[in-house]
Amino acid sequence: MVIGRSLWKIIAIKLFIMFAVLKLFFFPNYLTTNFNTEHDRAEHVLDNLTRPPSAR
Amino acid sequence: MGDPILTTVDWARAQFALTAMYHWIFVPLTLGLSFLIAFFESIYVKTGNEEWKKLTKFWMTLFGINFAIGVATGIILEFQFGTNWSNYSWMVGDIFGAPLAIEGIFAFFLEATFFAVMFFGWHRVSKGFHLFSTWMVAVGSNLSAVWILVANGWMQFPTGMEFNPDTARFEMHNFWEVALSPVAVHKFTHTTSSAFLLASLFVVGISALFLLQERHQKMAKRSMIVAAVFGFLASVFVGFTGDEAAYNVAQRQPMKLAAMEGLYVGQEKAPVVAMGVINAGKKPGDDQPAFYQEIKVPGLLSLLANRDPNSFVPGINDLVFGNAERNIIGAEQRMITGRVALAELAHYKDAKAKGDEEEAAAALSIFNQHKEDLGYGYLNNPAEAAPPVATTFYSFHIMVALGTMFPMIFLLVLYFAFKGTLEYQRWLNLLCFFSIFLGYVAQEAGWVVAEVGRQPWAIQGLLPVGVASTNIAAGNVQTTFFMFLTLFTALLLAEIRIMVKQIKIGPEE
Ligand code: HEM
Repeated sequence: MVIGRSLWKIIAIKLFIMFAVLKLFFFPNYLTTNFNTEHDRAEHVLDNLTRPPSAR
Repeated sequence: MGDPILTTVDWARAQFALTAMYHWIFVPLTLGLSFLIAFFESIYVKTGNEEWKKLTKFWMTLFGINFAIGVATGIILEFQFGTNWSNYSWMVGDIFGAPLAIEGIFAFFLEATFFAVMFFGWHRVSKGFHLFSTWMVAVGSNLSAVWILVANGWMQFPTGMEFNPDTARFEMHNFWEVALSPVAVHKFTHTTSSAFLLASLFVVGISALFLLQERHQKMAKRSMIVAAVFGFLASVFVGFTGDEAAYNVAQRQPMKLAAMEGLYVGQEKAPVVAMGVINAGKKPGDDQPAFYQEIKVPGLLSLLANRDPNSFVPGINDLVFGNAERNIIGAEQRMITGRVALAELAHYKDAKAKGDEEEAAAALSIFNQHKEDLGYGYLNNPAEAAPPVATTFYSFHIMVALGTMFPMIFLLVLYFAFKGTLEYQRWLNLLCFFSIFLGYVAQEAGWVVAEVGRQPWAIQGLLPVGVASTNIAAGNVQTTFFMFLTLFTALLLAEIRIMVKQIKIGPEE
């Protein structure tokens, strides 16, 4: 079926763009890339949470 | 403008809105059409009539196109959580991360197995097992929407969780309170029923096109009757669940309700604005008129909000500045409490770092007394607690107006179908075809009400969007915004092109 083939092609291209391009190069997980331990990540988020509005 | 953090948040929000709205073009059709196909196939299995099999296969092909193009577009929303909304994702990750992953895997296997049978198994399995697979696809697709809607419901009404100030995370202390919160329940029932409605409009609309073109008339009329019955029942259910949604919004997000109706000054016997031109420039507390023109139905909003037409409904001004007479604490007062919570959280953190347990315990105790209003501590001005009123108002009214019109269309279709003159009703068939588009408008408008109406909150009352987001350069988010715009537009165009082609070919005769 021609339609089946074009749909599989679309699925493959889409998944490639999403995972091999977007996720890999444009959507790093900010906290896992920038901090090494769970403790550091929690600290960073707490720092953000406790910054008063005047310091934002 | 000018504030780089604000700009990043704006782009992050625009990106999320863009991807969520595009994703939502594909989802409701999948949720609803899967059931319609199951009905069509059930009729085929019951009657043994091959024409129903051809009809089922035709709609199944359109379903397949929509599914193939839409599948996995939702994962893009998850990419954004980790990159653009890292503070928010960290805070709720423990609760929603695992169930979402489990749901994803469960849905994947369920769908992969039964989808394969549904599409490729016509000659390989028994009629009964094929039908069972089709039903499982319908049930599985709808179930896979559960947890993401629970997560959305929790953001609107955070319940069943406790904030842990050591880990900066919310921890679940009552699973059922989260999973069965009234907001989660109305999210699921309203979303699925409105998806059934949209899919019925789709089947009725494409079939009406066949009638207009004088092609495949028998198949078109059969499809229309089944879809109109399902669509009518779904519309009634959409009305009930929408009413329940409005009641929950009134009880838990009164600011959203006030914005939905452009109600600035609270009142008893509060009216619903049946039609109105809102003054988009009005700000909370100023003395500009709320509407340039309006037609009101007195008492209806009070009835919707509190199940009592004489009850008091607070307006935006009451919720921003407070109303002592009515015992309403406004954002202005909550900002004071919120700032205490914020300061004590910082205090607790410092005391912990110094190893002073006594001081930490004292700070934590004050924090706990004020934490309900934590989010307000981040606001600079109480008016920031109000969402964009005009957008919320218009999207709500468009959704409800369309929700009133759709059941009438289904009834007209049924009326003329039973009179045997459906194919001669050109105007009705044109209206049916155009209503496919209107169905999507109502769907998107619904999400705009739910999401724009809850601004500025990522988590209601606790975390504004500006604090939920990551401090990254606006340029990064801007670039990916345009990448998504291109990708999704290409997908949508592909969907329309392939569908149009398939509709031109039509069902096997
Ligand atoms: C007939 C009257 C209707 C009423 C009273 C109604 C009411 C509501 C309310 C109050 C919300 C906001 C819920 C929240 O923020 O938690 C909502 C959301 C929504 N509505 Fe409607 N609605 C109606 C019709 C429709 C129709 C016809 C559709 C689409 C075909 C639709 C689709 C949606 C969607 C997709 C959402 C977002 C998900 C959610 O919050 O449940 N609604 N509706």
